[in-house]
Amino acid sequence: MKITKTLVLVLSLCLMLVSFAHAGKDLDAVKSKGFIQAGVNGSVFGFGMPDEKGNWAGLDVDTARAIAAAIFGDASKVKFTPLSAQQRFTALQSGEIDVLTRNATQTLSRETQLGLNFVSVNYYDGQGFMISKKLGVKSATELDGATVCVLPGTTTEQNAADYFRTNKMSWKPVVIESTAELAKTFFAGRCDVLTSDASQLAGTRAIAANPKGYAILPEIISKEPLAPAVRHGDDQFRDIVDFSVLAMINAEELGITSKNVDMMLKSKNPVIQRFLGTSPGNGKSLGLDEKWAYNIIKQVGNYGEVFERNVGVNTTLGIERGLNALWTNGGLMYSPPFK
Amino acid sequence: MPESTAAKREQLKPPVSNVGIIGWLRTNLFSTWYNSLLTIAMLGILAWLVPPLFRWVFIDSLWNSSAEACRDIDGACWSVIPNNIRFIILGFFPEGQEWRPILAMILLLSLVIYSKERSRWKKSLAWLWLINLIIMGTLMYGGVLGMPVVETSQWSGLPLTFLLSFFGMIVAYPLGILLALGRRSEMPAIKTLCVVYIEMIRGVPLISLLFMSSIMFPLFLPEGVSIDKVLRALIAIILFTAAYIAEVVRGGLQAMPRGQYEAADSLGLPYKHTMRLVILPQALKIVIPPSVGVLLSVFKDTSLVVIIALYDVLKTTMVTLSNPKWAGYSSESYIFLALLYFVFCYAMSSYSRKLEKELHTGH
Repeated sequence: MKITKTLVLVLSLCLMLVSFAHAGKDLDAVKSKGFIQAGVNGSVFGFGMPDEKGNWAGLDVDTARAIAAAIFGDASKVKFTPLSAQQRFTALQSGEIDVLTRNATQTLSRETQLGLNFVSVNYYDGQGFMISKKLGVKSATELDGATVCVLPGTTTEQNAADYFRTNKMSWKPVVIESTAELAKTFFAGRCDVLTSDASQLAGTRAIAANPKGYAILPEIISKEPLAPAVRHGDDQFRDIVDFSVLAMINAEELGITSKNVDMMLKSKNPVIQRFLGTSPGNGKSLGLDEKWAYNIIKQVGNYGEVFERNVGVNTTLGIERGLNALWTNGGLMYSPPFK
Repeated sequence: MPESTAAKREQLKPPVSNVGIIGWLRTNLFSTWYNSLLTIAMLGILAWLVPPLFRWVFIDSLWNSSAEACRDIDGACWSVIPNNIRFIILGFFPEGQEWRPILAMILLLSLVIYSKERSRWKKSLAWLWLINLIIMGTLMYGGVLGMPVVETSQWSGLPLTFLLSFFGMIVAYPLGILLALGRRSEMPAIKTLCVVYIEMIRGVPLISLLFMSSIMFPLFLPEGVSIDKVLRALIAIILFTAAYIAEVVRGGLQAMPRGQYEAADSLGLPYKHTMRLVILPQALKIVIPPSVGVLLSVFKDTSLVVIIALYDVLKTTMVTLSNPKWAGYSSESYIFLALLYFVFCYAMSSYSRKLEKELHTGH
């Protein structure tokens, strides 16, 4: 009898740890639990990683905060789940997370077979090459016969192979499992070229003994549009996530920053008035408070601010805006009108 | 005359070359030509290895500086540890609440040390453990006495490693014993069940179980229901460990002479008492060394939860290293981690040796 009692006790304790989330539409579920659960990377500096004190920081992390600011008017109403590359899509499908902001590349098969909806891109990445300046190479087309340091088993390796084949150049891959070891090997001079996503290359260069001795070549050999994703089935929630990203881009276009947003509330410009909700409409259409965009900009900042804070030229990564500049500055960041 | 001869004989010492340091060197290091050769070769290797290593570790190293200062030195940059120790040990635990996991860990360790003495193994100790486990759980989770709630997803670093390994061991051990008894049972249904379970679990790697628990399992649950991530990993570790413990314990059961069973039977003891009073105490004593082997590997295997993105102490260290500021100092961080693991594993194995000695009743 005693054993039965203990068993019952243990089982009921276990059941207490099983939580029942509200079923139904994603937005309702998010609203009723009072916070948004975001899947993030967890170990990519500048995109999603805890700092020395355990606080989350990064471009993807700030994107998730913006969504929370839009829905709840409070950027802190978000909880982060660090996910590995294998886990990330399952976690979204199974409802463990509400939104995936984990530098995931938007592809056709992921949209269709995995049942995901990617929203507007929050970072345009692409694979590039880094060389030692001593090599005297100015373009990737001069890399014939080079030894190339590359991570195994990723699309990176395949992209590099494709690139060298299409350009009829020979290459010798040096395949090393860990990113840190790969960087060490490259700096030790065991290979002429290091290939990886351009954002990673910038981070790698930052840890070199003399970062100025290395250059990232201008060629980008693959397209990696990194975008937040939600699962199929709740279009309203998808719209909110999408326009949270776009609001940050639009704010930069309009010259609204977290510092001047309060002043902008008094703006006579009808575009700004509509955007910030002083003339209502947008909020109602999305099913949010009219101040949603104001909250994003006030609490998180516009896209330019978020970019510069996490990965920009004044950070350790030191990444130029490049493709991620506004379309007016030669980049790809473009927001549809907010009306 | 004979007396003086005796005195003289007493004064005679063995040849200098056979005693003292020289004697020891002769017998141990230079006894034959190939031993001499080996000794010289090893000395050469040590002379080649140790000074640069010593320089790297102690002389050229920095112990508490900024990352920038580390760029200019050739030695070890131990500064990576003090600068990141908070995140390495406590991970995501909210700022300002650090005392809670630290206190919980101190409680756990002191309770373990207190329980070392066999004279204290009484029923009251079990109650003490229960009360303390509840206190530790409250400290970690909070929600009462003005302590804000800290969800399990924020439990990370060393407390998580302790949680996974400690409960992995404590729950798996009795489960393993039950499985071992079940496998030796004469009831075919129970026996088959236990055999299938044990062989199935032992046939797959722990990583696959963790994957199943974290990736496949949520897909089978009805929509909206989710089970705590830490709990899922813990269950996987428990199930895995129990299967191994079961086989270890079965070894002990099989080593018991038949006479012991017959003696218990002839006293009219029922199965339960035969096992509890006669067989298991002896059998478990025999299997202390292999059990400790299993438990040690559980402790180290908990670091595999890295692949399901739980932040145990290994993962928090890895995250620290993915900060470009500290990325170059992986050797230093991993050496620190190795020492940390070594301290706990060595403590466990030396305790098991002590226990073995105390329980030694062989004739």
